[in-house]
Amino acid sequence: MKIEVRKRRRMNVFVLLVAGLLLSVYAGLSFGAVSVPLSDIINVLKGDGKEAFANIIYQLRLPRILVGLLVGACLATSGALLQGVMKNPLADPGIIGVSAGGGLMAMITMIMYPQYSYLLPYTAYVGAFASTLCIYFFAWDKGASPVKIVLAGVAMNALLGAMTNGIMVLYSDRVQSVIGWLSGGLNGRGWYHFGIIFPVAIVMLILSFFAIKPINLLLLGDDSAKLLGQHVELVRMLIIFLASFLAGIAVSVAGLIGFVGLVVPHMIRLLIGEDYRFLLPYSMLGGAVLVVLADTVARTAFDPIELPVGILLAALGAPFFIFLLRKRRMV
Amino acid sequence: MQALETRNISFQQGAFHLHDLSLAIEKGKVTTIVGPNGSGKSTLFKLFAKLLKVRQGELVLNNESVYEIGRNDFSKKITLLLQKNDLMPNITVRELVEYGRVPYQRGRKGKTFEDKEIVNWALEECQLEKYQDRMLTTLSGGELQRVRIAMALAQKTDILLLDEPTTYLDIAHVIELMELMKRINQKYQVTIVMVLHELAYAGAYSDSIIVMKKGEVYTKGSPLDVLTSKLLKEVYEVDATVAFQNGFPLIIPNQTNQMII
Repeated sequence: MKIEVRKRRRMNVFVLLVAGLLLSVYAGLSFGAVSVPLSDIINVLKGDGKEAFANIIYQLRLPRILVGLLVGACLATSGALLQGVMKNPLADPGIIGVSAGGGLMAMITMIMYPQYSYLLPYTAYVGAFASTLCIYFFAWDKGASPVKIVLAGVAMNALLGAMTNGIMVLYSDRVQSVIGWLSGGLNGRGWYHFGIIFPVAIVMLILSFFAIKPINLLLLGDDSAKLLGQHVELVRMLIIFLASFLAGIAVSVAGLIGFVGLVVPHMIRLLIGEDYRFLLPYSMLGGAVLVVLADTVARTAFDPIELPVGILLAALGAPFFIFLLRKRRMV
Repeated sequence: MQALETRNISFQQGAFHLHDLSLAIEKGKVTTIVGPNGSGKSTLFKLFAKLLKVRQGELVLNNESVYEIGRNDFSKKITLLLQKNDLMPNITVRELVEYGRVPYQRGRKGKTFEDKEIVNWALEECQLEKYQDRMLTTLSGGELQRVRIAMALAQKTDILLLDEPTTYLDIAHVIELMELMKRINQKYQVTIVMVLHELAYAGAYSDSIIVMKKGEVYTKGSPLDVLTSKLLKEVYEVDATVAFQNGFPLIIPNQTNQMII
């Protein structure tokens, strides 16, 4: 790939992502049980639209879109960070225990202590980060090597999964309420959830830009990065924790949405290469677009039933991932 | 004067160990470390570059213990050309060489004019100006090795360690690389330390040779003094005659009378 080609391609992909962002927001505001035409959307946003439309947009669709954008951006950024520091093409927030830990805590909260279920985002978040801490601790031996982290992650995921399944069996009469959460969805997410994640998500997303330079150096290999003055172990640890924070934010309000963290960075990498100065922000944007688009499809395609967006993403993401795998070299 | 010195260092990794090793690398010279496989050459280099840590003893750089120097400052003083990069990102030649300036960019944003000048200089010294916008994946082994050396030069260190830099290179590229190292050493007084397997090149291009055997220094000195048939016998268990022609050693096995360069 020539240098001018690469430059042009970065520009094209950027334009595509911005267009995708506008399209996804438009689709998310417009489509649904009641369609809101573009002219009415504009009127509502200007403040002089019909009240019925204004209610739909401000009370239901806009907050849900904003939550979706943040969730997608956090998940994709988390996956990109992890793929950068773990040297493992399968790295996604799942391997550092975010899903299993968040899932278990959510299960405990919803099934065993339903009176506290308003605390769900916080307990899921704590579960997600705590399991990352455990994995990192188990993998530690004068520094935690990526291979050990992956192996400790597999063990931890199995353990937490067993506990989750155990609770499901023991409380099988109450399981109905958590199935939607476990498959990951944005159904009913509103300003309350947006308020919870917005401040943390913005801070963490901004912090992730500080990981760009260290990750680019780690792409040369651990030893090369050390020879250029990097504290490789420290940097890797901080980036893993940051990735856990980001994915935990998404899990806390949207449940277990898989595949965004894995697929989006890979798609972007195939399009523009692995320079994190571009890969990271593009993934952020790509994740946001993908989740909002998929959610719009998920809630309208099977009307009147709303499909959890996590199911749709996995159903579309998995074949697409296999397609990429067959078509081009991924590692 | 000594650039780098080890004082009674010990290190152990599995079955391999260095024990009570003391040696000194002279400043502004080309020093080559030779020895059979498993004699501890690469391990010693990783200790020099702080990729591994000694268990006992002192590692001294310009009269200062290397462990007192922060990693970033250290990377302005010593760098190591690894035997093989485990990873090679798909970027351009110039972008890789620019990574050599990273130790100088801590705490500030972007490249200064000086960074650009130094990158240009490194590319020029390695005759890579024409290649600077090529992607790394399109380069041959010899070209890639020059790019890696340019990156190490851009780091502007006083000491440059090269771990078997000639592996995988054909004879033309080996000579080109050795000449480049000699020139860098003479023009800029960079202390060059290499690990080489080819005794002939070690003899031809080094001011001094250190021979290692089983984690210990077997002998050291000028190529003429060190490269003898006694050494080949005792260190490599090879029966051969060593002859020097214009300062370039020839090693002739006694069994077959075949010449090895």
